[in-house]
Amino acid sequence: MQASDRFNINSQLEHLQAKYVGTGHADLHRYEWAVNIQRDSYASYVGHYPILSYFALAENESIGRERYNFMQRMLLPCGPPPEREDD
Amino acid sequence: MYLYSLTLQRATGIVCAINGNFSGGKTQEIVVARGKVLDLLRPDENGKIQTLLSVEIFGAIRSLAQFRLTGSQKDYIVVGSDSGRIVILEYNKEKNVFDKIHQETFGKSGCRRIVPGQYLAIDPKGRAVMVGACEKQKLVYVLNRDTAARLTISSPLEAHKSHTIVYSICGVDCGFDNPIFAAIELDYSEVDQDSSGNAEKEAQKHLTFYELDLGLNHVSRKWSDQVDNGANLLVTVPGGGDGPSGVLVCAENFVIYKNQGQADVRAVIPRRVDLPAERGVLIVSAATHKQKSMFFFLLQTEYGDIFKVTLEHNNDLVSELKIKYFDTIPVTTSICVLKSGFLFAASEFGNHSLYQFQAIGEDPDVESSSASLMETEEGFQPLYFQPRKLKNLVRIDQVESLMPIMDMKVSNLFEEETPQIFTLCGRGPRSSLRILRPGLAISEMAVSELPGVPSAVWTVKKNVTDEFDAYIVVSFANATLVLSIGETVEEVSDSGFLDTTPSLAVSLIGDDSLMQVHPNGIRHIREDGRINEWRTPGKRTIVKVGSNRLQVVIALSGGELIYFEVDMTGQLMEVEKHEMSGDVACLDIAPVPEGRQRSRFLAVGSYDNTIRILSLDPDDCMQILSVQSVSSIPESLLFLEVQASVGGEDGADHPANLFLNAGLRTGILFRTVVDMVTGQLSDSRSRFLGLRAPKLFSINIRGKHAMLCLSSRPWLGYIHQGHFLLTPLSYETLEYAASFSSDQCAEGVVAVAGSALRVFTIERLGETFNETVIPLRYTPRKFVVQVKRKLLVIIESDQGAFTAEEREGAKKECFEAAEIGENGNGNVDQMENGGDNEDDPLSDEHYGYPKAESDKWVSCIRVLDPKTATTTCLLELLDNEAAFSVCTVNFHDKEYGTLLAVGTAKGLQFWPKKSITAGYIHIYRFLDDGKSLELLHKTQVDGVPLALCQFQGRLLAGIGSVLRLYDLGKKRLLRKCENKLFPNTIVSIQTYRDRIYVGDIQESFHYCKYRRDENQLYIFADDCVPRWLTASFHIDFDTMAGADKFGNVYFVRLPQDVSDEIEEDPTGGRIKWEQGKLNGAPNKVEEIVQFHVGDVVSCLQKASLIPGGGECIIYGTVMGSLGALLAFTSRDDVDFFSHLEMYMRQEHPPLCGRDHMAYRSAYFPVKDVIDGDLCEQYPTLPMDLQRKIADELDRTPGEILKKLEEIRNKII
Repeated sequence: MQASDRFNINSQLEHLQAKYVGTGHADLHRYEWAVNIQRDSYASYVGHYPILSYFALAENESIGRERYNFMQRMLLPCGPPPEREDD
Repeated sequence: MYLYSLTLQRATGIVCAINGNFSGGKTQEIVVARGKVLDLLRPDENGKIQTLLSVEIFGAIRSLAQFRLTGSQKDYIVVGSDSGRIVILEYNKEKNVFDKIHQETFGKSGCRRIVPGQYLAIDPKGRAVMVGACEKQKLVYVLNRDTAARLTISSPLEAHKSHTIVYSICGVDCGFDNPIFAAIELDYSEVDQDSSGNAEKEAQKHLTFYELDLGLNHVSRKWSDQVDNGANLLVTVPGGGDGPSGVLVCAENFVIYKNQGQADVRAVIPRRVDLPAERGVLIVSAATHKQKSMFFFLLQTEYGDIFKVTLEHNNDLVSELKIKYFDTIPVTTSICVLKSGFLFAASEFGNHSLYQFQAIGEDPDVESSSASLMETEEGFQPLYFQPRKLKNLVRIDQVESLMPIMDMKVSNLFEEETPQIFTLCGRGPRSSLRILRPGLAISEMAVSELPGVPSAVWTVKKNVTDEFDAYIVVSFANATLVLSIGETVEEVSDSGFLDTTPSLAVSLIGDDSLMQVHPNGIRHIREDGRINEWRTPGKRTIVKVGSNRLQVVIALSGGELIYFEVDMTGQLMEVEKHEMSGDVACLDIAPVPEGRQRSRFLAVGSYDNTIRILSLDPDDCMQILSVQSVSSIPESLLFLEVQASVGGEDGADHPANLFLNAGLRTGILFRTVVDMVTGQLSDSRSRFLGLRAPKLFSINIRGKHAMLCLSSRPWLGYIHQGHFLLTPLSYETLEYAASFSSDQCAEGVVAVAGSALRVFTIERLGETFNETVIPLRYTPRKFVVQVKRKLLVIIESDQGAFTAEEREGAKKECFEAAEIGENGNGNVDQMENGGDNEDDPLSDEHYGYPKAESDKWVSCIRVLDPKTATTTCLLELLDNEAAFSVCTVNFHDKEYGTLLAVGTAKGLQFWPKKSITAGYIHIYRFLDDGKSLELLHKTQVDGVPLALCQFQGRLLAGIGSVLRLYDLGKKRLLRKCENKLFPNTIVSIQTYRDRIYVGDIQESFHYCKYRRDENQLYIFADDCVPRWLTASFHIDFDTMAGADKFGNVYFVRLPQDVSDEIEEDPTGGRIKWEQGKLNGAPNKVEEIVQFHVGDVVSCLQKASLIPGGGECIIYGTVMGSLGALLAFTSRDDVDFFSHLEMYMRQEHPPLCGRDHMAYRSAYFPVKDVIDGDLCEQYPTLPMDLQRKIADELDRTPGEILKKLEEIRNKII
């Protein structure tokens, strides 16, 4: 590997993708994109306590239960992935 | 437009709480995070929670943890926030501040998925801390001490695992072996790849131990084991000689003990009898109590039941886990067990409480154990219990919490001097209407009628060294009454006071003698009973008196001043006379400075609108030192020493300033600084207090001088956490007052009003509002104020609850089953959650409503008279119907007058998909002068009517994405016209002339116009930003204020030229045919103001909180805080405050490491709003920093403080 390779756009992108979950790429599938957005959203709801309480009020659940539900939904936020046609 | 944002009431809800010895020593303190505020609380000797310190940190606190280095006496605080930094704080007792010990950056700011800050775990021996994110990242910092015994922190060690969701982390207690951290993890990498959905079913949570090798400085995965898939919380089990080590895994329905090298010990959590079968039981908060010989855990479920968990163990081997029902208290976010035998419960909604332990659950009760765990074909067999009254805990104090504020209206319904803020707070059985009034609460100790109308009152001690007052002296028009203070207060005649004349002043003089000044002379009563009388010359009478302990000045009619001093023998000697140019209106002598013979200053107010400072020094006695002219006649004067800065728990480390306060006839309080050497007056401030000239009295508050000002309402000027505050008291008009100190009441006030003598104390210093609470039945949604009839109409609804009858029935059944023989107390009318109703064996306020299936709704419409706190009419909706919107409407045929429209939904479900059986709009008629309601008719609609509004004698309703105009018919509402072009769901409608401002749940505002000739509704402008609207308010013809779900407040305005074009379009062709791009409206509104509050704003209103003050926008938030946005009126002020804000950002960055500018711009860049909360931290800065900023601004620190005070006084 040459020194210059480390700085080309692809390796930089790979570095970002490894470091930051959810960094996109050119062949990103709509499903993967949606899953990322959903997981980010749930993490944000869990992180922002006022928003979490707002949801808890709307659903009339305790805040702890709401947090747990959101964490559970992070597993598979958009249902199972679609069948892949191998390319 | 520039706005000044100021928080009026800081958030009252609590995100998390920890306890420890933060000030060192033995006292137990609690640190609570209230979103963006960090508070330090301490229960005092009387078991009342006191707030020692409250700091706004301009960031979101997500987690807190405390740790102690071995051998140390003091706990440190670790803060996990949205700053992408780990911050370690230490409480500095001397200065009463949190000192930032360490701040280390590890990632991006913001609450992100993989940036740590969500979870914190501490090694129980205080050697390391782990910060975790929701996913992937976990960082471990090693904590140590350097040679100077200062805390050091290492660079972070990674314990990352990608594609892994983390539910909870905690430290494992393994004595002084290498620190271990445990985490509940769930790997999703396979689930993301598997399209069959099998992987999801097979996904398994793991409990993983991470070991920090202190020798190698490295973190490794030590052990990982499968754990129940419902696991959500970890609790450290004491180890290293104190216990078996390991962790408790709290999972849905179970508590499991786990440790490496041991089999799981599992016990089922007992269930409430009335819990529906499909619901699990989840532990939401936990606390550990550890003593030398034993330890136990208190775990609280999502329904509020607390269980005591104990472990049977033998040499680190756990044989049995027992879960015993302990007590039931409202659901908490954190519980703290203090070593002093208290339990602090930080409620998730509603008031927080402090409990005292009566017992620790040793008595037999419902108990589930791992030994008796039964597994059948349907899974593990649960155990059932019925909640009962508190047995082990007793509540001793409450901390008020407004969380969540659901709706708010400002109105002067009670016709008081200032408007009241009506807020709908709380949830379910703990909901309430709270009426907030600016001012301090007082508690009345005694009221006694006097035989006449008194004009003045004083209290005197017999000796300087006495702790308590000896006499209360009351003056009438022609007599003086002396009351002695002892066990009881009774009239005495042997005091030596002259009782046949009115008094002008009564005080202690010298060390142990008393002085009574009456119109004809001065009576000096020596300690041994000798009486010296000084009589006025000729027929002149004394009109005014000013005195301190060693000096007396009297003013005779005609304007002559005579000055007396107490000499060495205790004799009152005439020193000097001085002729003033005219009659004296008022006078006061400054208190004698510590260690001095006399005070140098005499202030004299004259009828020519001037105040003069005269010298009392022997060398220049009665020389005029300075003159100040004022706007009207001064009627009362008071010198007050103010030490307004930080230091000590609420004291000062700066030299005091001497302030001269004057109450002017126009009702203005005039304050000016007196130079301690020259007597020059400078830096004057004035504030309107009320319709009467304020009378000023010196009293003691928390051992410090404070000022009581009696105008048309009483005010208190005092120092709180470094700020001088002038706050109204919520009490009636008083005539005259004096401080009062006795056995029963150390710091009280005695006052006269009318013909009564009143004794009271002032409570909860530092609070802006005091509240009156009226309990409600279900979660309040919205309300309308009927200003003329002085009534409120409130709609309340709750999901997943039983109706009142069902609940009553179930309760009776349960009591009959338990053979208590008590009739529950009775009928449906008494179903209000009457606070601390002692007779109610199972108050819902405490135990919560029994859970029903999630598609069941209960709801009611209530007409409430707030003055008497009585409900005049309560309609409970039947058949799963729930009310969501309400408005009053006058239809143009005027047959019925004002009607009430209520929008309801039947069988509403959010999950898995939002659906309803039907929506309705109810129309009610007011009967008995508005006190009760009668249903006229009910119209079925095809969605949930979330917004209703009157418009030109008709009713506008937002039903789903349809805006529809209705007219009143005989049997139902009649559709007149509609517009279906709104993007999602209409949540708010406001109207002005022929414009309609519609708020969409997701797409901000849409400006519409109704054309009467065509009977059409047109959308002519909308916003280009997708805002998830939570609150909205109409500001002016072109401007709307809104708040979104992410905690932003913003204003949008239609550009002037567009607005003019729309209004000057005579044919209306343009508005009709013009098309927008991409399905949007043809015109766009512009954002003119944007500010991140950091909390979900649930209501907005324009109001003025002070009489004659300018209007500002008041907002209420989910976390229970109230804030105001005030528009600046001058460019100079904008410049000044934006520069002050800039320097404050530079010189005083927020405590928890979030950048202030970035925080206020978290979602959108802040625009034209100056953060008053940051500016108000200026007085808490060290003096040299204050001076530095002041120099940069070309002002003095005093001027800056004055500016801050002035702008605050414009708001409240």
